[in-house]
Amino acid sequence: MTDTPDQTALERRARMRTMIRALGMLPVLILLAIGFELISGRFMSANNLSIVMQQASINIVLAAGMTYVILTGGIDLSVGSILSAAAMAALIVSLSPEWGMAGIPAGLLVGLLFGLFNGGLIAFVGLPPFIVTLGSLTAVRGVARLMGADTTVFNADLPFAAMGNATLFGIPWLAIIALMVIVASWFILRRTVLGTWIYAVGGNHEAARLTGIKVWLVLLFVYAMSGFLAGLGGVMSASRLYAANGLQLGQAYELDAIAAVILGGTSFVGGVGSIWGTLIGALIIAVLSNGLILSGVSDIWQFIIKGLVIIVAVSLDRLRLQGGART
Amino acid sequence: MTKPMLEMRSISKTFGAIRALRDVSLTVMPGEVHALMGENGAGKSTLMKILSGAYVPDGGGEILVDGQPMQTGRPKEARARGIAVIYQELSLAPNLTVAENLFLGEERARAGIVNRRQMLRETEPILQRLGVTFSPSTLVGSLSMGERQLVEVARALGAKARVIVMDEPTTSLSSRETEKLFDVIADLKAQGIAIVYISHRMEEIYRLSDRCSVLRDGAYVGTLERDELSAAKLVSMMVGRDLSTFYKKEHKAAATGESVLRVENMSDGRLVRACSFEVRRGEVLGISGLVGSGRTELARLIYGADKATSGRVLLEGREVTPKSPRDALSHGIVYLTEDRKGLGLFLDMTISENINICVMERDASGGLTNFRRAAQRARDAMASLAVKAPSSQLTVGALSGGNQQKVLLARLLELEPKVIILDEPTRGVDVGAKSEIYRLIDALAERGMAIVMISSELPEIIGVADRVIVMREGRISGEVTATPEKPITQEAVMVLSTGAAPERSPETSPAAARAE
Repeated sequence: MTDTPDQTALERRARMRTMIRALGMLPVLILLAIGFELISGRFMSANNLSIVMQQASINIVLAAGMTYVILTGGIDLSVGSILSAAAMAALIVSLSPEWGMAGIPAGLLVGLLFGLFNGGLIAFVGLPPFIVTLGSLTAVRGVARLMGADTTVFNADLPFAAMGNATLFGIPWLAIIALMVIVASWFILRRTVLGTWIYAVGGNHEAARLTGIKVWLVLLFVYAMSGFLAGLGGVMSASRLYAANGLQLGQAYELDAIAAVILGGTSFVGGVGSIWGTLIGALIIAVLSNGLILSGVSDIWQFIIKGLVIIVAVSLDRLRLQGGART
Repeated sequence: MTKPMLEMRSISKTFGAIRALRDVSLTVMPGEVHALMGENGAGKSTLMKILSGAYVPDGGGEILVDGQPMQTGRPKEARARGIAVIYQELSLAPNLTVAENLFLGEERARAGIVNRRQMLRETEPILQRLGVTFSPSTLVGSLSMGERQLVEVARALGAKARVIVMDEPTTSLSSRETEKLFDVIADLKAQGIAIVYISHRMEEIYRLSDRCSVLRDGAYVGTLERDELSAAKLVSMMVGRDLSTFYKKEHKAAATGESVLRVENMSDGRLVRACSFEVRRGEVLGISGLVGSGRTELARLIYGADKATSGRVLLEGREVTPKSPRDALSHGIVYLTEDRKGLGLFLDMTISENINICVMERDASGGLTNFRRAAQRARDAMASLAVKAPSSQLTVGALSGGNQQKVLLARLLELEPKVIILDEPTRGVDVGAKSEIYRLIDALAERGMAIVMISSELPEIIGVADRVIVMREGRISGEVTATPEKPITQEAVMVLSTGAAPERSPETSPAAARAE
């Protein structure tokens, strides 16, 4: 065994390892950014970076919610549909002359309710998350279409349009909101008892129950949080577009969110992962989309390249972790 | 003298900065059962993984099979040279048949089409050789743990193995299955196959081994011939300490003390039937019985982990009957699971988090984790239970079995419980940690805690408990109490757990009748 003087060094090394795991994809992000700058010559401009941040922001918010869920070993397939329904709700309420600003809480509330619905079925009825949220993916999509009678809802005079289009010191508000969500999530996951419980439930569900952890509360919370953040994503989307369409908005958003979480090093079986990794994962996806467009790659090839990068990045990550697997 | 079948010469292995093995040598003769002992973390598993080719040893060492050097670090080569390792966690596919498992990875096939019939045909004689009752087409998932162990042996035989390594094969076997395995080992021996047998159980070593080698801290300590074997010698080789102080029972068993936990008529409708007993302040109550007699199930009912169909639990005279583990914890009843990794620990979380997980809610203010308090608790607990780890921020998965068990115990003790139910507290724990756990149990009883200890090891339960109740087929079949003149005997307990006695011996009392 090791003597005491090494103790702090060992602790530091342990902390380093967690850091590396969380930020493992940071080099990939930096390399991509440099590569696109070299190819296109305008990727790193302040203007473009601000666009990237704005484009990434909604996925960051969805992926943050997804991180909670995947940390418990679950999955939420319904966030794209919930986003759509929340955006519809926000726009419809915003059209009322007196209460336009109430569109924001309306969107958030819709997201929260759908999340609680998912979480309730999973926590109390004990249904598998994949099945429950697969059902919600379809059903909530239907609800979103129903809300606008299957048409696009516009509001050219949106009271909260500033949220989607204004900046603070040159940083888009959408990006600021997304970063606030990340910081708040870090705080919940790492500084509260509930956060430790989330990791515990994902790490060993049955042990968590035997330890007296309120497993139902944890499950209800993570799906409610995921729904709520999908609602926030809906409001952000509405504020940016001044419009929402129940059929099209948010299609396949859940896949980008899941990809961001996995790129960020969060284990699919739960219990291991970090919110900072998710931030980096979401940024990689946004940088790829933006950079490929700037580089003049066709839409079809963008899909292929994006998919491959995700697979390659995660396999590299696995290889690297295996190398240092023995502790 | 015959030539050795297997020689491992000056094998060393380092992982990063840790030296797992230092210059270890091992010689195995044909047809011998060579026991390998040592505390957890002594390097037994690492040595065997090097033998199987799973790990590459550091330069300088060599492995000879029949006097010919073998290439190290090549699992295929090791298999081809007749080496088979059966790990503690069996590596069978439960959804496949016995025959399919035997040929896993080496399916009998032509042009990619599996020839099931041929595989069944080839399996048959191997199973006959082992004298088992299941057939090649049986699904492995439907077999008991003992039978699965035999499937692993069959797989080794199918691969023409001449050296078979068994890593604690009896941990999850019932006594009947263990007997069966021992018969098979004797047969294999007679056929000239060498067995390397890793175990912590002394009785098994006495019974089976021709020679016994001991490792300590990654180094070779020595080898004892069969007629030199003694528990005292082995233990002192393993820990460098002697056996006389192994068990500890110094607390005063309060025969008339107040009752703390009283269980009445507990049933779950399946495996536990109308069990009643009580535990007094400062008393260690042992629950003995064969595997499958319902001991763990009873403990889980008391703890509220499973639903009871009838029965109640009284704590200090008040009915509490926990509805959930959370409920039990809030009353001060805690339960140490027998399945440390599966049901107890959070392997990816740190030592500190694992120790604090039950109390962090009450330490918190406004839902925020009190990190200073948590660090304090972790530091104190690790010091008082002698958890050997360089830092409380290490993940628990990196610790040895004994240290993991101490972390789990520390978690429960942080709750300052009134009743602690220990389910196989020393399973898979090395000798040093075992003795420390016995000391801890004694100290807790001294402090007035009521302790229930479930154990399959008779010497342990007799060495530690003041009173033993025995379970058989879901019922409490009797009770044995130690008196200063007359300590509990293994025979008295065995009689009750097997139901072998035609009439009751005077020192046992029929508790089951009272329970109804």
